[in-house]
Amino acid sequence: MLDRIKDFASGFFVTGDPLIYGADVAIVLTMIAVVAVLSYFKKWGWLWKEWLTSVDHKKIGIMYIIAALLMLFRGGVDALLMRTQLVMPDNDFLKPEHYNEIFTTHGVIMILFMAMPLMFGLFNIAVPLQIGARDVAFPFLNSLSFWLFFMGAMLFNLSFVIGGSPNGGWLAYPPLTEKMFSPGVGQDFYIWGIQISGIGSLMTGINFIITILKMRAPGMKLMKMPMFSWSVLASSLTIILAFPILTVTLALLFLDRFLGAHFFSLDAGGNPMMYINLIWMWGHPEVYIVVLPAFGIFSEVVSTFSKKKLFGYKSMVFALMSISVVSFFTWAHHFFTMGSGADVNAFFAVSTMIIAIPTGVKIFNWLLTMYKGKISFKLPMLWTMAFIPCFVIGGMTGVLLSVAPADFQFHNSYFLIAHFHQVLIGGVAFGYFAGLYYWWPKMFGFTLNEKLGKWAFWLWNIGFYVCFMPQYLLGLMGMTRRYSTYGWDTGWFGLNLVSTIGGFLMGIGFLFQVWQILHSIRFMQKDKTGDPWDGRTLEWSIPSPAPMYNFATEPRVGEVDDWWEEKQRLAAGQAPQPKPALEPIHMPKNSGIPIIKAACWFVAGFGFVFDWLWLAIPGLVGVAVCMLAHSFNYDTDYYIPVDEIKRTEAAARRGV
Amino acid sequence: MSQQPHSHGINDGSHESHGSLKSYIIGFVLSLVLTVIPLVAVLNDMVNGNAALVVLLVTAVLQFIVQLVFFMHLREEKKPRWNLMALILGIVIVLTIVLGSVWIMEYNNIV
Repeated sequence: MLDRIKDFASGFFVTGDPLIYGADVAIVLTMIAVVAVLSYFKKWGWLWKEWLTSVDHKKIGIMYIIAALLMLFRGGVDALLMRTQLVMPDNDFLKPEHYNEIFTTHGVIMILFMAMPLMFGLFNIAVPLQIGARDVAFPFLNSLSFWLFFMGAMLFNLSFVIGGSPNGGWLAYPPLTEKMFSPGVGQDFYIWGIQISGIGSLMTGINFIITILKMRAPGMKLMKMPMFSWSVLASSLTIILAFPILTVTLALLFLDRFLGAHFFSLDAGGNPMMYINLIWMWGHPEVYIVVLPAFGIFSEVVSTFSKKKLFGYKSMVFALMSISVVSFFTWAHHFFTMGSGADVNAFFAVSTMIIAIPTGVKIFNWLLTMYKGKISFKLPMLWTMAFIPCFVIGGMTGVLLSVAPADFQFHNSYFLIAHFHQVLIGGVAFGYFAGLYYWWPKMFGFTLNEKLGKWAFWLWNIGFYVCFMPQYLLGLMGMTRRYSTYGWDTGWFGLNLVSTIGGFLMGIGFLFQVWQILHSIRFMQKDKTGDPWDGRTLEWSIPSPAPMYNFATEPRVGEVDDWWEEKQRLAAGQAPQPKPALEPIHMPKNSGIPIIKAACWFVAGFGFVFDWLWLAIPGLVGVAVCMLAHSFNYDTDYYIPVDEIKRTEAAARRGV
Repeated sequence: MSQQPHSHGINDGSHESHGSLKSYIIGFVLSLVLTVIPLVAVLNDMVNGNAALVVLLVTAVLQFIVQLVFFMHLREEKKPRWNLMALILGIVIVLTIVLGSVWIMEYNNIV
């Protein structure tokens, strides 16, 4: 009996790698510490009532952001492990199999479990406040989306210590990922982790489209909406059209692996290239999904910190919406080398070049907004100004890659790696950092230390160029992505060494950001005004942090940047608009069903990963029971009485 | 959760009357007929090859339209017609996916 347990455990847990044993110990110790702290301070009930079951968009947003920053840490450690392995030729720091696992998890985590939740976190924090709503359209669904993402991410991360990580690359191309070539459970963790969180992403997309179309404050016409909300609309539209493609593609791969189907296998009529075709139909729009909200953040930040109206509002809207549609017509540029013929390649090369045009329009809009503006160089503005040159260079190397014949040289080389890191770090990561710094006072009611933030800013920026500029050259010198090691005779040593140094500089930059947050919590500088940046949009018209009902009375909107215009009118000595009388506020009740249902999905996913139907079926039954329980629950809302609103407002406005 | 303190969520105000018994019956009968036609035609070998393909595709498209008009109430939507716009965009994307894949994967037949 003992032997059988031992036998099972040696296959079940990942064994034999000292790095992973170290991680095991760290995970167990952290979990013990968390449980101990929660129990010691008797915070379990608080955690459950105030956070885990909350349907408040602001709290869900904060949970998204915390989870995303943890994932950024994990993905960043993966990146540094890879750079350490590549620092010199013939290095044996990581075995080739382990290296494969690390580049796979780095890619999946950074895109799906870091960029996406950070983006959803910012959606949740900012959109309802910007459009003058009291919550999103479907608060219960919002909570469910978060927990599905969270459980999916945990399932994926579990593969690290149980069963073994996926190692087929971040998009898991078959035939490598078919059962025949990847018999382990890693690929199944990949499929189920992404599927479960993907359902959540799809629902978030639906939720925000409806919130934006249906719940804007009276008077806020679509063309008077803040630019971030426009970018969220564009991004959500792309989500609901693109994510079903991902779900179907991974479901087909699952059928191949689980039931022995032949969609993407090499025999019996299967075609692995079809998988590549399908996955990029999601994969290309996906990069626009994550970058469009960053464009929205830059628009808000540039206009706020230049004290000017955004230049070219209409052209910005047009650019955002056209990118979200045209992004569906460029996918084949990811596999020009597949050999589908000159006509196909020419079409997709041209469509790829076309999409650079609206992006260029935006760059000029931001520059012209700054032109003759009164610019203040606060952290959000710094990140925005660093973004512009970085993204322009990244975009231009993208246009180089879009030239199909030239792509036969660049394809899958470090030139490509440098290009997409430049647009994803320079565009997406810088954008979300700008957004985090910008809305941080609104989220938590205190501002972050500028000095430590500037250290982080410069380390990230210098580190970025030191890390990725050499990679363009390495690509042109013939270094291909996913090499776990290379020889002395290649002549790649010097540039790889420089690149690794840059990677670690960015790592130190991240540590400075952590220090900045901890320091700012310790020496808290409260934001008592609710409007620390002299903002322009509605979210700055309410106290920081926003009260749970957001707006005590419903705001009326007359023009773009309504709050700014209101402040101008007040400064000019006009009487403020009379506020309507307070009325009881209708609010959604918290619910425990989302977290329980997502946990059931986790159990079902885990069962499918190990092919344990005795676990998967109860998990799915649990999901169905949760659906029924929610369907028959009519006690979902309540009213906040006027007295309580008065008390909350008085407390929040104290000291103004 | 909603803008008006006394309303009950965003469903309020969008409760238009959704069709009549007559329109539901017409839609039901039409969709039945459109299901039976291809079934009978193919099972009884009345059409073959390309002709069968055309019959199947035409009845499928008609079925799609019947569903949209009689059950999804596409014609009754008030302005702005978000459902119609979303539908058109969805159709454009689906056509891109299907026709694009056929075009891209064509090389398989050449090689």
